[in-house]
Amino acid sequence: MSRHTITVDVNGETQTREVDARTLLVHFIREDLSLTGTHIGCDTTSCGACTVLLDGRAVKSCTVFAVQADDRSVETIEALAADGTLHPLQDGFWEKHGLQCGYCTPGMIMSAKHLLEKNPDPTEDEIRQGLGGNLCRCTGYNKIVEAVQYAAEKMLTERPSGATSAERPSGATATEEVEA
Amino acid sequence: MIPGEFDYHSPTSLADAVALLDRFGDDAKLLAGGQSLIPAMRFRLAAPETLIDLNRLTDLAYVREQDGHLAIGALTRESALEESDLVQRRYSMLADAAAVIADPLVRNLATVGGNIAHADPANDHPAVMLAYGASVIARGPDGERAIGIDDFFTDLFETSLEVNEILTEIRIPAPSGTAGGAYVKVERKVGDYAVSGVAAQLTMDGDRIRQIRIGLTNVNPVPMRAADAEAALAGQLPSEETLEAAGQAAAAECEPSPDLRGSEEYKRDLTRVLVKRAVAKAVSRARRAQS
Ligand SMILES: Cc1cc2nc3c(=O)[nH]c(=O)nc-3n(C[C@H](O)[C@H](O)[C@H](O)COP(=O)(O)OP(=O)(O)OC[C@H]3O[C@@H](n4cnc5c(N)ncnc54)[C@H](O)[C@@H]3O)c2cc1C
Ligand code: FES
Ligand code: FES
Repeated sequence: MSRHTITVDVNGETQTREVDARTLLVHFIREDLSLTGTHIGCDTTSCGACTVLLDGRAVKSCTVFAVQADDRSVETIEALAADGTLHPLQDGFWEKHGLQCGYCTPGMIMSAKHLLEKNPDPTEDEIRQGLGGNLCRCTGYNKIVEAVQYAAEKMLTERPSGATSAERPSGATATEEVEA
Repeated sequence: MIPGEFDYHSPTSLADAVALLDRFGDDAKLLAGGQSLIPAMRFRLAAPETLIDLNRLTDLAYVREQDGHLAIGALTRESALEESDLVQRRYSMLADAAAVIADPLVRNLATVGGNIAHADPANDHPAVMLAYGASVIARGPDGERAIGIDDFFTDLFETSLEVNEILTEIRIPAPSGTAGGAYVKVERKVGDYAVSGVAAQLTMDGDRIRQIRIGLTNVNPVPMRAADAEAALAGQLPSEETLEAAGQAAAAECEPSPDLRGSEEYKRDLTRVLVKRAVAKAVSRARRAQS
């Protein structure tokens, strides 16, 4: 077995720790760094409760080894209201009742954050597709979608430069008509 | 659950990765996106003594057209296919597949090379690559070789890669002006593997199908081509009767096993229907490309 010293930028702070090669990133975050906002909801890479941003991309931190995050950056839910002000997504979940038990919420928010960074003005369908890796057992999802819509709107109006949604591919979609 | 113990290596060059694999052989596993391997290790279905992480080989992540084919670096993430304008524009079947593999979180890590090298008949890329007639580039200590996709999948989770070879690139022939393709998949819920999936890539000769390749997902122990269905379609007009005959041929030639996703009979019948849908969609795309 091997142990490794890793240096990871976590929520803007440099963290250096020694880990077993087999330590999963989610255990490193929760147990070594005591950042327990990132949840564990399954054993099968199915639920997305453990979602964090790894170099800016939303991933399931239960299915990455901590040692793989060496020299990379990790962002967890704790980064969002670091200065005491709720992020527009957190605001949205509050205003639109996007949570009940709250177990899925940190993962939902981190997924939504990545989604809005790629696509600041998503359609309802794009939000539903974009959150496809995150399960919620309480809300029935509608309120979560509304929360993300609320956040998107707020972030768009707050964005000074009026940045628009990135050009998206107009590739085939599931709704494309089929002719025989 | 957490995986068993292992030694971890993170080479920064392909040559180093090949040398490590050559040294550790069967005791080692390559780690790409980890989205099949890490779940298997957590269940202790896989317990490699050594992991060779390919993720620092960032120059193995690319999608580009060159020399008459689309070259996909083995470490290309599924999300990069979704974001590639080239793929969305010219490789519709691949774009169809990239959008329905797992879920967006998994797709941010999962790689195309890993999807194929894993040779899981439930994975979506094997059928797609069979339908494209792709080839796979493997690098070993003695250099590089190309393997035709028809010779690549040898058994359940088994490929013709040697134990010391790394899959480095997948090559898809660039489509001609009369080509069209489509991948259709039915899954129980978002992010699930296919109950059945059908990949169809064809060229047209006027109103007739000139040539066609069909790949099937998760209805056979080994990723397979539906050769009888292809034979029913080649040279034919894509009429309802011909599509039905092809669908029935595919339903007969696959070997699905009953499981939580459905009975054998259901999976065969679903395959029949999906062959018809995939071919119809491929034909309509080919016609649109010509008009
Ligand atoms: C919840 C969930 C749902 C999923 N649903 C789907 C789905 O619907 N469709 C689908 O197709 N897949 C699905 N997958 C699987 C996913 O796409 C995997 O990522 C893929 O099968 C393997 O790619 P990887 O890069 O993650 O490979 P890894 O997990 O890192 O590796 C898989 C195997 O391939 C070998 N390998 C990897 N790269 C190479 C290489 N370059 N050369 C030689 N050998 C190599 C590894 O040693 C290992 O044995 C799902 C996964 C999860 C967790
Ligand atoms: S804990 Fe369920 S996907 Fe990570
Ligand atoms: S709010 Fe309870 S799981 Fe989503």
